Amino acid sequence: MYKYNDFDHAFVRTRVAEFRDQVDRRLSGSLTEEEFKPLRLKNGLYLQLHAYMLRVAVPYGTLNSRQMRQLAMIAEKWDKGYGHFTTRQNIQYNWPKLKDVPDILDALADVSMHAIQTSGNCIRNVTADHFAGAARDEIEDARITAELLRQWSTDHPEFQYLPRKFKIAVTGSPNDRAVTRAHDIGLRAIKDSEGSAGYEVLIGGGLGRTPMIGKVVRGFLPKEDLLPYIEAILRVYNLSGRRDNKYKARIKILVHETGIEELRAEIEKEFLTRKAEFPGINPELLQAIEQDFAAPIFNKLSVDNHVARVAHDKEFREWVKNNVARHKIPEYAIVTVSLKPVGGTPGDATAEQMRVMADLAETYTHDELRVSHEQNIVLPHVPKAYLPKVYDELKKAGLATPNLGLLSDIIACPGMDYCSLATARSIPIAQDIAKRFDHLQLERDIGALKIKISGCINACGHHHVGHIGILGLDKAGVENYQITLGGNATEDAHIGSRVGPGFSAEELVPALERLLKSYLQLRESPEETFYKCYNRLGMDPFKEALYPHLKPKQIKRDRA
Amino acid sequence: MSKIVRDYGFDRNILTVEDFISLATLRQGVEKPVRLDLGNDENPDGLQPYFCWLEMIRIPFPDFNDGRGFSLAKRLRQLGYEGVLRASGYLIADQYRMARLSGFDEIEIDDLLAARQPEWLWQSQVIKKKLSYQDRLLKTG
Amino acid sequence: MARKFLPKVITSNHLLEGDVIYFSTDGEWVRNISQAAVFLDPETAHRKLDEADLQRNIHVGAYLADALLDDEGKPKPVHFRERFRTLGPSNYFHGKQAGN
Repeated sequence: MYKYNDFDHAFVRTRVAEFRDQVDRRLSGSLTEEEFKPLRLKNGLYLQLHAYMLRVAVPYGTLNSRQMRQLAMIAEKWDKGYGHFTTRQNIQYNWPKLKDVPDILDALADVSMHAIQTSGNCIRNVTADHFAGAARDEIEDARITAELLRQWSTDHPEFQYLPRKFKIAVTGSPNDRAVTRAHDIGLRAIKDSEGSAGYEVLIGGGLGRTPMIGKVVRGFLPKEDLLPYIEAILRVYNLSGRRDNKYKARIKILVHETGIEELRAEIEKEFLTRKAEFPGINPELLQAIEQDFAAPIFNKLSVDNHVARVAHDKEFREWVKNNVARHKIPEYAIVTVSLKPVGGTPGDATAEQMRVMADLAETYTHDELRVSHEQNIVLPHVPKAYLPKVYDELKKAGLATPNLGLLSDIIACPGMDYCSLATARSIPIAQDIAKRFDHLQLERDIGALKIKISGCINACGHHHVGHIGILGLDKAGVENYQITLGGNATEDAHIGSRVGPGFSAEELVPALERLLKSYLQLRESPEETFYKCYNRLGMDPFKEALYPHLKPKQIKRDRA
Repeated sequence: MSKIVRDYGFDRNILTVEDFISLATLRQGVEKPVRLDLGNDENPDGLQPYFCWLEMIRIPFPDFNDGRGFSLAKRLRQLGYEGVLRASGYLIADQYRMARLSGFDEIEIDDLLAARQPEWLWQSQVIKKKLSYQDRLLKTG
Repeated sequence: MARKFLPKVITSNHLLEGDVIYFSTDGEWVRNISQAAVFLDPETAHRKLDEADLQRNIHVGAYLADALLDDEGKPKPVHFRERFRTLGPSNYFHGKQAGN
């Protein structure tokens, strides 16, 4: 993985010192709150409902054991002993004090980490496929591009005060695990007909109150044109994006209002100007990045003990089936550590659990960990020979819940338990759903299912692209939850459709129970997932299950 | 009254509204060197033939959160403008480095802001210009 | 039709600690809503909010929140968001409910 050079080290230290000074100037009155706010946001610091919240960047979700241990140390020393992994592949601390934040940032710099541009109207931490470098279907390791973009976007002088935030995601595989179609820019590594490497470039995707699927702005972009082309997109957006209404300020609205054809022409024109004087990327730097992401030396150990354990241990078999994915090397596997124990908070890990994962990464798995946008931790290179040991250690730490891709593997934003923008809580809803279906023992039977919960219209919980999406709202002073069905976050990204009136917190879980029991009745076979079944039958039968008191006629009328 | 921030420190602003012309006036033709007030929503396309007549282009920052001026400055530099680029209005000291790296030479700020964010603070930003990922990534020489 | 004016408290977050705070009758910031000053008419509420807003080196983002008076005449939150702010999160026993 990427190793900081002298410049990176000098940069993050200077940045910490600068923030320390900005805090002092805020306290002395030299900076007003209005001036300080964007500065603290660009250093990852929010003021939330009960406290400050610090969002630490985990660039493209990759970290090593030393970094994970430092995250644990920070959780214990300056927070309440845990951290929250997010859909942006970051980690958040919910309880830091303003005066401690510069020290926390210094502690991060000690292990080549930072919180730069995890918030604010700038280019945010670049996200990528959490299986990069390990996936079988990969054309190239997306993190090389993502790291290049991290460096290019960090403190970019032209793009620190954009109309709104700007998110870039990269995938190196045709199977999109990075939700590239729901980002301001999505990059998909492809090859042209002659075999040259490049990208398909998508723009204008995003969730929030106006969900949009990204559109192709350039079908094939040669690799060497990446930075001038991205700069052209950003410049057109910075100059023409709306600044009169924050809800219309994302690039998706510019794409929508201008039209992709016209915007493409503007971008191409800007690109030509930029390219004419673009000297190219320093090849030594690029090479250094590529070398840092070279695959580890894989040891082809015997898989016999793994095979034996699978044969005789049912629990282990269940975990392997759900939480272990195929690696590009047959003797290896990709392990996803579930941060979704039944009744727990999706994405939370205690300092102790972080240390367990760090130890496992260091001892057995080439010292690498990943944060997935689905709020789990990935051990990307595990020799199958070590799977039994890894499983045993995870189980002791409460980290072996075999529920990946199942009902209780829920994405949930922090919601009104923490977030000052939220309109309702998300976490207790996720907990209640997981507990209820655990009680019913239906999760395994229901099979593959993505439930995603957001506590407000900003959609941090990706509810629009959940097979079942849940959106928490404030309805006349009471928490109310709307259900959408049929969303999809993959390469076939699709925005789900709202079914009908919302439910109170008490009504919601029984409604989901009716919905999923009716799915079990309606499916043609256990192989037909909820998503497939929904696409075959359409909304009506599921709407009937959710609203049994409505007559079929009313259902039709409601939808018209 | 206002001050001009440059790398070496503050200067008193000696220019007034009368020293600048608008883009519309410029497009009617010029016969002597002039200074241009260019709105941050105005398009500089087609300005190249006038560049040799422009001593200065001034770009407003109505609010420090409005970053259009940075891209406009960069675009002008990429189109080949080599005269003085001045940012004017509400920029804070923490943005000085960004303004300089985007192509501005100087910033015009009012005295109230200059009192709250004094000369040394702006000057402390000068050295940070050197810590630029963007410069470092590019091929040199 | 004018809506009935509900009593108000002034609430904000502490600049250094980030904690939820309330404006008290003697112009101090306190941590417990029960010690907050209650304003029964809009004019006083807004005048006091302007006054509180001047103390920008103590707090961030003061606003008026609806309140009800309990049997002892002490203010209680009305909206669920304000109730959560007097307690803390529901997934852990952290924040004000835990006494910090």
